[in-house]
Amino acid sequence: MSAPTESEEFEFDGTSIKRKRQIGRVFLGLCVGATMVGIVALVALLLDVLVEAWGWLTWEFLTYPPSQLVENYNPANYGDLPTGPGGIYPALVGSIYLISLTAIFTLVLGVGAAIYLEEYAPDTRLTQFIEANISNLAGVPSIVYGLLGLAMFVRALHTGASLIAGALTLTLLILPIVIVSSQEALRAVPDSMRRASYGSGATKWQTVRNVVLPEAVPGIMTGIILSLSRAIGETAPILMVGAATSMFAPPEVTDPTGPFAAMPMQIFEWASLPEGDFQHVAAAGIVVLLAILLLMNAVAIFIRNRYDRRG
Amino acid sequence: MTANSGGPETVSKHQIDDSPPAETTTSETLEDAWGDEAVIQSRDLEVFYGDEQALDEIDMDIPERQVTALIGPSGCGKSTFLRSINRMNDLIDVARVEGDLYFHGKNVYDDDVDPVALRRKIGMVFQKPNPFPKSIFDNVAYGLRVQDQEDNVDEQVQQALERAALWDEVKDQLDSSGLDLSGGQQQRLCIARAIAPDPEVILMDEPASALDPVATSKIEDLVEELSQEYTVVIVTHNMQQAARISDKTAVFLTGGRLVEFDETNKIFNNPESQRVEDYITGKFG
Repeated sequence: MSAPTESEEFEFDGTSIKRKRQIGRVFLGLCVGATMVGIVALVALLLDVLVEAWGWLTWEFLTYPPSQLVENYNPANYGDLPTGPGGIYPALVGSIYLISLTAIFTLVLGVGAAIYLEEYAPDTRLTQFIEANISNLAGVPSIVYGLLGLAMFVRALHTGASLIAGALTLTLLILPIVIVSSQEALRAVPDSMRRASYGSGATKWQTVRNVVLPEAVPGIMTGIILSLSRAIGETAPILMVGAATSMFAPPEVTDPTGPFAAMPMQIFEWASLPEGDFQHVAAAGIVVLLAILLLMNAVAIFIRNRYDRRG
Repeated sequence: MTANSGGPETVSKHQIDDSPPAETTTSETLEDAWGDEAVIQSRDLEVFYGDEQALDEIDMDIPERQVTALIGPSGCGKSTFLRSINRMNDLIDVARVEGDLYFHGKNVYDDDVDPVALRRKIGMVFQKPNPFPKSIFDNVAYGLRVQDQEDNVDEQVQQALERAALWDEVKDQLDSSGLDLSGGQQQRLCIARAIAPDPEVILMDEPASALDPVATSKIEDLVEELSQEYTVVIVTHNMQQAARISDKTAVFLTGGRLVEFDETNKIFNNPESQRVEDYITGKFG
């Protein structure tokens, strides 16, 4: 066999391909850059907050009410204070009550609406209109919900600047997201399950109760918890309904109509005070808020992994 | 069956009778035609999906405690007919049913018939095994529980699993998930679920089409076994299967028409219609 002759047809070094590869690499670089900007900014922010809070975040900070004097927050001064140390306790407890009440309202209203829309409502133009608007409501700025809460609950229903007004306002805020995510969870239940249930002589309610809901619960819970962790950090709505900037005692568990403080408001208050050291106090508050937020997200992920049989 | 028969008790093949369903013809015609009682009878049954007609004037009398096979090419309406028997078509928004379907002489599309009550008498097994993500026991007990037949659940579950020829394979793992079973076992579990509340009729929509040959033959044996106690209506794509297990065969061809309905032997050996013969011998479909 003779040696193969040099081919003119086959451009094996592929100069034009190289050029395309270069363009690809440039694009990849841009995408990596875009990712890094976000991550670096976030890490920088978190590090800054952690550094600021370092040394100021103590057990006393979690268990004492706030103080007017910045010295009271400094752990170095704890030994010789006429009053107790300053802390975030009432706002921490207030936020937990607030979010618990919100969770109850959201569970009932959000899941109820989702079940109706997904399982019962006929597929009419009206239903489609309602569903489209629920999605739109998810994009309404939170301050608007704050104004709504102020007009509807605080003024019209005379709840005053109370825990329940705050909880209802936060419920309105996250309701659209909860309804949409619950609907998606219900939609993900295969129709073959529903058919199997109806074929066994089950009524609609029995099918929803015994087959559809148990399958959808992990998705519904995940959606609710993620929404709640958004709600716990919201400042604008509770600012509008008149949450106290600083309270020196936690709200009464038995009386949701009383005034309340919440962590975002407390942090906002600290951050707006002139003394420089209050920035450390605000940072410590932010770390507490973030820790609770991460905890809630972890619970959501746990629930999703624990109950997701398909996964 | 090609004739327009009139009443729910009328099962004569070639008799044209336009009298309303309540006026039944004599039982002699009934004896002549089948020699056994028809439990389900459709008269001029038509089903539409939106503007599309899926079933065209179906007249059929399904005999009690026998296996009736529905065969025909894809999209010929056989599954639609099956679903119209226990009103599963109600679940499809665009589906519309016209004509009559009698179960024990009662038109199931009458206003006073509750489809849930109907489905408690007419169980169903689907094409793809669809056990609930619950334990084997809870799967079989599901129908019993939703139908408030909660006395002796243990006993009834065991009985249903035995009838479905699954008991020996699962008796030691009743608490494990129904989804852990093989495809063939899952389908027998679904059959057990369907027969546990003791219906009269079992509808099967290609129950073996997603299974391997061994699992298929088990299902086929089971179907023949079940016809001792239940009326079985089975949709199948597989003509050999229809020939093996059914007593009567209905051939649906395109356009949702029932072309021929007769004893299975006759359909497969000496069909009246040329098109049915062509279909059976594999010339089309």
